[in-house]
Amino acid sequence: MAEYIEFDKDHHAHHHKETFITKYIFSQDHKMIAKQYLFTGVFFMGIIGILLSILMRMQIAWPEEPNIIFDFLLGKWAPEGVMDADIYLALVTMHGTIMVFFVLTAGLSGTFSNLLIPLQLGARDMASGFLNMVAYWLFFVSTVIMVISIFVEAGPAAAGWTIYPPLSALELAQPGSGLGMTLWLVSMAFFIASSLLGSLNYIVTVLNLRTKGMSLTRMPLTIWAFFVTAIIGVISFPVLLSAALLLIMDRSFGTSFFLSDIFIQGEVLHYQGGSPVLFEHLFWFLGHPEVYIVLLPALGIASEVIATHSRKPIFGYKAMIISILAIAFLSTIVWGHHMFVTGMNPFLGSVFTFTTLLIAIPSAVKAFNYITTLWKGNIQFNPPMLFAIGFVSTFITGGLTGIILGDSALDINVHDTYFVVAHFHLVMGISALYGMLAGMYHWFPIMFGKMMNKNLGYVHFWITAISAYGVFFPMHFIGMAGLPRRYYTNSNFPLFDDLADTNQIITMFAIMGAAVQLVFLYNFIYSMYYGKKAPQNPWKSTTLEWTASQKHIHGNWQGKIPEVHRWPYDYSKPGYKEDFVPQHIPLKKGEEEY
Amino acid sequence: MTTLFIVLILIFITIAIWQMIKIFDLSRVISGIKVDDSQIANDDDNNMQGKFMLGFLAFIYAITIFSFVKYGKFPLVSNAASEHGAEIDTLMIWTMVLIFIVQTITQFLLYFFSYKYKGNKKNKALFYTDNHKLELLWTIIPAIVLTGFITYGLLTWSDVMNMQKNDDPMVIELYAQQFNWKARYAGSDNVLGKSNVRLIDIDRANILGLDENDVYAQDDVITTELHLPVDRPVLFIMRSQDVLHSAYMPHFRAQMNCVPGMVTKFTFTPTITTEEMRENPSMIDKVININNIREDKSKELAIKGEEPLDPYEFDYLLLCNKICGKSHYNMQMKIIVETQDEFENWYNQQTVFKNSLIAQN
Repeated sequence: MAEYIEFDKDHHAHHHKETFITKYIFSQDHKMIAKQYLFTGVFFMGIIGILLSILMRMQIAWPEEPNIIFDFLLGKWAPEGVMDADIYLALVTMHGTIMVFFVLTAGLSGTFSNLLIPLQLGARDMASGFLNMVAYWLFFVSTVIMVISIFVEAGPAAAGWTIYPPLSALELAQPGSGLGMTLWLVSMAFFIASSLLGSLNYIVTVLNLRTKGMSLTRMPLTIWAFFVTAIIGVISFPVLLSAALLLIMDRSFGTSFFLSDIFIQGEVLHYQGGSPVLFEHLFWFLGHPEVYIVLLPALGIASEVIATHSRKPIFGYKAMIISILAIAFLSTIVWGHHMFVTGMNPFLGSVFTFTTLLIAIPSAVKAFNYITTLWKGNIQFNPPMLFAIGFVSTFITGGLTGIILGDSALDINVHDTYFVVAHFHLVMGISALYGMLAGMYHWFPIMFGKMMNKNLGYVHFWITAISAYGVFFPMHFIGMAGLPRRYYTNSNFPLFDDLADTNQIITMFAIMGAAVQLVFLYNFIYSMYYGKKAPQNPWKSTTLEWTASQKHIHGNWQGKIPEVHRWPYDYSKPGYKEDFVPQHIPLKKGEEEY
Repeated sequence: MTTLFIVLILIFITIAIWQMIKIFDLSRVISGIKVDDSQIANDDDNNMQGKFMLGFLAFIYAITIFSFVKYGKFPLVSNAASEHGAEIDTLMIWTMVLIFIVQTITQFLLYFFSYKYKGNKKNKALFYTDNHKLELLWTIIPAIVLTGFITYGLLTWSDVMNMQKNDDPMVIELYAQQFNWKARYAGSDNVLGKSNVRLIDIDRANILGLDENDVYAQDDVITTELHLPVDRPVLFIMRSQDVLHSAYMPHFRAQMNCVPGMVTKFTFTPTITTEEMRENPSMIDKVININNIREDKSKELAIKGEEPLDPYEFDYLLLCNKICGKSHYNMQMKIIVETQDEFENWYNQQTVFKNSLIAQN
């Protein structure tokens, strides 16, 4: 106990030294770094990402009509308001890159892992505050480079977010594969460095800085999810880095890792012996785990939010942990399902079909456990709870169509159609977004000491929910009609003329969904300054972050760090008057833990 | 312009809803009713949101039914024009049935429980942490069902991908380049001549880089339309000269990437000729519908003083389905499936490779 008091003295001394620069800019405090990720990753990049998708959707819905919005926003890329075909592909590429990496990887993990790992584990800060700061600033540099790349002369990278060579390697193939692609690769190199530093920090913190009594099986599921996410990140991101480096070599130093036998624009290039399929393997070795890097934090947040707001313990805590681990393990051996029709050996296709469909088992366990958690609960419909329920819903809807895409025989025909777009947007895009929004509403009081407006939250959720289904549900059927993705316009195929009206409906839902995010943004920023002051524990939650100091201090707890005596889900436990028992309350005599 | 208009309307609607909520709150303050401004859900909120949950369940069901009715005849689940296509369709239908059942039940449970167990100050939730039997149940049932589907899927996959040796397929090369397709028939010897992009000689019209000295290359035939005789297995050998492309033939349930530097393969047997497909009742309906849409559009174009659209007639198509650059959206080749006689008739009019070369002088 004495050492805590010692620590406090140091800590106070340290705290008073914070200047504007060390507090807000080069901060080493995990709470501040979380907010930095939130504003750069989620808000700034999120707004750009959404805007790009809206431009794209408007082009698909009204391909021939000159559009003053294009004229205004795209300038030379939309002469007289008609979008250029190259810039359409650039929009697709940048939307994918920004959403997957910047918003849903760095934004989501960066915000919530940073905020919650120390607070829920009872730690003063991350294991290395300095590394944490470096990770954020590397991410910031990466963000700046990626945004700059949008404005280069020949246009940004336009080879799809998967940047398959040779398209991404040869400027002759596409103007965006010049400086735009170089910046893309440089930005991603910074990004990966940032992600690795961040992930290592999360892993070390979880393993070493848990407070007394916080055994691994007493950790909230959020922490389990962040922990496993960080591990997958450390395993898979280096592989993308190697792919990016080899691609840089091919592009700039004349090697032939991914290129061979190319005749383009009237000339034979010198490349010989490389294979684009090798790149695909390296890319998807990251690319598939990446899906779970995006999804697992959302699963963790949903577990926490659903338990808290239904006032019930999460059903099957251990099964939830096991299924997180199973999903994480399987995620690293299924990448080939993105490559069934790349010319890979059909036998390998069989293996990947097998491993892929196995993922449905832990996913089913999770879905049923969530539903059982709701059963006989006392559900408090606060905005975070709505998003958590929405998360389970889209996770199921989107996940189920994975049975079609993961099945190599069926994939032949829906591969690279809008069916795929609908599937992954629901299961990882919208689901992860819901998880993230649930987290923001839930932990807003921790971040800013204020409450967000609940009615605006309700409006935000319901319009978002209707828009999400309105956009992605019909999109499955367009895909099943055989419409390929990444087509600038479908008007060259009269075959697809009967899908045009559906595309317009989808675009309207997309615009509605994007517009209602402004309500959220308004609510968020308004509440930051003028929101009602939050009570210490507004949701009556059991976890440690709600015992921390509400005033911003670097060190989280004014006094000593709380000790943990029980698991994090003692909601509505018999024998207690209140319907929650926080983790730091000792067990009563004769009380069983769970 | 219409777009901008719609965007503005949607933004105004959103603002209007928010203002109404604000006015509603204010009016309660003015009329002296005690307002709960804790921003934490109370029983009224729980009741209201619980009902919305049920409403949303109805919305999901409605959009499902609507989609199945509107797109019920989706061409990719019916009228496969190849032998293996029917197998894939059956597998697809069974998978869809499974998905439909699971989706209907789980969404019902999710939203119904949300409604039924909406919070109330007087209630307390049940402390229920574990039930190993239940969890085992929903581990094992999905495992069993999936084992069935995995087995079924893999059998279909191996049927589709493994060609039988005694099939004696006709060999055709599909050749992709930015942004068009070529087909190369192997000729009477049914063996493709050797080729490499380094042998491409545009001046001599050797556009696919065939080895001019290879005996097998002499009778090869290069075309820009893909003609296939009905009921004869075809082995496609695929090549690309520049970037990745993907040969997507949706009506035949066939797709394979074309990869520069290597060859890829796909086999199928077309079973329905283009003529027969055009007479298929559901295809007739589809074509009429599309032509109505095109006519309406033509009228709009006429007002603007532009050319009207051509009427649509059904044809099988080969589409590019891997992002390949600027004109990716218009990289297509017509496929014509016809009787053996018609095919031979057409084939005999084509020029063989050795005669198509331009002598250099």
